[in-house]
Order: sequence, then C-alpha cells, then structure tokens
Amino acid sequence: MEPLLVYYSSPSLNTHRLVYRLGIEAKRIPISMKQAMDVIDRPYVLVCPTYADDDGSKAVPKQVIRFLNNPEHRDLMIGVIASGNRNFGDMFAYAGTVISKKCNVPFLYKFELSGTSDDIVNIKMGVEKLWNSLKQNGSLTKTGT
Amino acid sequence: MSAEIKIRKAPAPSNDVAADKISRVKAINWNRIEDDKDLEVWNRLTSNFWLPEKVPLSNDVQSWGSLTGDEQRLTIRVFTGLTLLDTIQNVVGAPTLMQDAITPHEEAVLSNIAFMEAVHARSYSSIFSTLCSMRDVDDAYLWSEENEFMQRKSDLIMKEYKTNDPLKRKIASVFLESFLFYSGFYLPMHWSSRGKLTNTADLIRLIIKDEAVHGYYIGYKFQKAFEEATPMEQMELKNYAVSLLMDLYDNEMKYTESLYDAVGLTDEVRKFLHYNANKALMNLGFDPLFPSEICNVSPAIMAALSPNADENHDFFSGSGSSYVMGKAEETEDEDWDF
Repeated sequence: MEPLLVYYSSPSLNTHRLVYRLGIEAKRIPISMKQAMDVIDRPYVLVCPTYADDDGSKAVPKQVIRFLNNPEHRDLMIGVIASGNRNFGDMFAYAGTVISKKCNVPFLYKFELSGTSDDIVNIKMGVEKLWNSLKQNGSLTKTGT
Repeated sequence: MSAEIKIRKAPAPSNDVAADKISRVKAINWNRIEDDKDLEVWNRLTSNFWLPEKVPLSNDVQSWGSLTGDEQRLTIRVFTGLTLLDTIQNVVGAPTLMQDAITPHEEAVLSNIAFMEAVHARSYSSIFSTLCSMRDVDDAYLWSEENEFMQRKSDLIMKEYKTNDPLKRKIASVFLESFLFYSGFYLPMHWSSRGKLTNTADLIRLIIKDEAVHGYYIGYKFQKAFEEATPMEQMELKNYAVSLLMDLYDNEMKYTESLYDAVGLTDEVRKFLHYNANKALMNLGFDPLFPSEICNVSPAIMAALSPNADENHDFFSGSGSSYVMGKAEETEDEDWDF
C-alpha cells in the first residue's frame, strides 16, 4: 500500500504548494462545507494548517473538524503534520497539537508556510519510513492500542 | 523629532477604478462577503488587538542598565529604524494598497493594518520614554536619518509605492512586512534569549505576530491578482520580485553591518535575514530562494521567537518502529477548542 496524504489548504494555497512538491498521492479536503469529500479508504497522514487565536482556540479549520467528525476518517488517520508561522510563538503549528491529542495520533512534523526544500525532503523520507515501519508491523489496519 | 518620510502624500488615483472609488462609496456589508479571507483576517487582526500600555515595560529598567553603552546605542538605533518602517506602512503603504483593494472588506482590513502600524510606531516611543534618556533617543533618530542604508531602504520602498502597478506595490509591501523588519526584530529576540529586556521582547513579539498576518494577507491578495495575469506577465512579475528582493537584500546586508559589526552579531543577523526572506517569498506564493545552509538561525533565537515549538520530538527522525496506533476518541464539533 502506497502512502496517502489528506490535506486542507485555504485559498492562500500554502499547504497545497507543499503537498504538490512532495509528489505523494494526496486528497484535498474541500474548502466549501457543501462539497463532498473524496472517499478515504486506506490509512493516511493528515496535513493541516493552523489558524489559532492567541488562546489557541480555532486552531483547526472547521473543514478539517468536519472531516474528522467522521469516525472512519479518524480510524484511518495514522499521524498529523501541521504548519503555521513561528511568528505566532507558542501557537506555531498548534493545530497539530490539538489534532494529535484529540485523535490520539502522533504529531509527526511541523513546517512554516509552504515549507522549505529541507521540509520537503524530511517529510518525504519520514512518510516513507513510516509506511515501511507500518508494513513491517503489519499494522496498516487499525487495531487500537 | 520623528522618523521622516520623503513623500507624505499617497499617490493620486492612477486609474478609473480609484477615481470611481473616490466619487462614490458604497456602505460596506459584512454579511455579503466576496472573499472569505477578508473576514478571516479581519477577525484575526481584531482579536490580536493590543496597545503598548498592556506590557509592563518599566520592569526592564534594571535590565536596560545592565547593557553597555554600545549595546544601548545599538538597541535605540534598531528601534528608530523599525519606527521608520512602521511609519511608512502607516501613512503610505497601507493607504496606497487601500486604493488597489478589490473588495470593500479588503479596504476595511487595510485600514486596520494602517492603524496597527501606527500602534507599532507608537510602541517604540513607549520603550524609549520608559528606558532611555531623551538625548540618546534624539541622537539615534539623527543617526537613522543620516544612515545611507536606512535611507536607501526607505527610498526603495517608497519608489515602489509610487509605481502605478498594484501588484508591484503589493510585492514591495510584503517585502517590507516579511523581510525588512527582521534586521531589527533580531535584536530584542537576542536580548530575550539572554534573559535581557524580556518585557520589551514581549511587546516586540506582539508586533511580530501582527506583521506575520499583514505579510500573509497582502501576499494572498497579490496571489489572487497574479492568478489573473498572463503567463508572460507572471514571469515578468516574478523576475521583478526577485530583483527587488536582491536590491533590498544587498542594502540590508550593509545596513546590518552598520548596526551590528560593533557588537559582533552581523553573521547571526544575516542568517535570520535569509530565513525571513524565504518566508517573504512564500507569502507571495513563490518558492524559497536561500538554501538551508545559510538560514541556520541559532536555536536560541528560534526559541525566543516561538518558545516550546521544538520541544515535541521530531517523530520522523526517530526509528519509527515504535509506532503504536492510538485509539481515537469521539469528537464533536463544539469539542475542538482546548
């Protein structure tokens, strides 16, 4: 089974540009709340930008919350990568912390805006390693702890 | 005495759209949003609102006294330079971009940006009146006015704001918001990483957050207009952006030397400039230009910028074999704010 990413990107397209450069198969969570999401039927890593207020509220875009309110989507998520801007201090990439805690998946990686070439390499290699390790453990189907 | 800007008036309306706007203004309707980003950024900026009085700057008096004369002089000079940039954005940058706005809500957001730049400029004076002698501050303003690199920086940006091309003006504005400020922002982060002027650093962090939203938003509006341009125009604009960045960069290197050579920090500041120049390009939707080897900002500065951000282990650099699937919790819509 090949790696799969699911991502959200607002019209600023920062996350979209990163995912495009990764060259890993990816499905985009629609911006319009009315638009249906592509079917997700295998494990994936979520890539999510951060929109937190100062107190950390509203960190996760409502489109991503809607997506994760579907239990099947939560079951298939194996980790989260989050983006943001270090200028926001403690709240940098905070969406990853929220999703990681809420859905009990590892927070895999953080990057800023649309990512540097180092981020591209790190994520590519990391995702590959993650999938290899899951194949070896035979745990690509969800089993719970 | 105040930081001077050569041209005080925004350029006259340069096209029919601008002229139209002046002859007829429609009441803004926030219940009919054409671009969701306008409302999103308005909400972000208004929830970020702050005033310098919120920060207990006087707690830094003792710390200020522990700096050497050179260090104090450097700090005041850095802050007068930042004051000039904020003043430019307040009185020319944001008002000029307002004339180019596509939606009424964009104009409203830019009016918020203009005002916050005035708050930023005002904040540096609060720092001065709390920590410094008037005479030292006057000397620093004089230094800034006479520093050729500070003046060239201001001239380069002002020249772009006077062009008749809304996209080029946005490029210049993003470079100011996301690149030019950082030769200055470096210093309070440096002091903060050494436990000095920590309240001043808290105030600067508020400014740094605002500038991130400004650069993001103006960059986003640039990208929207860029999408509409022909491939030929796009190539021309990209070349234009890179060439302006290089002009600003060359000048910024010299400005940095003129400030930081005395305290031996120039090399460190350069890295911070490369790192932020990449982020400015990303805000415009372009790929970063500066390779990671010259963007290796010291971890202490990164930690001063975003404390705790690097505490999480980097999962990808671990062995990965310990991966254990967690059990997902139930989630509800309302349940997502921790």
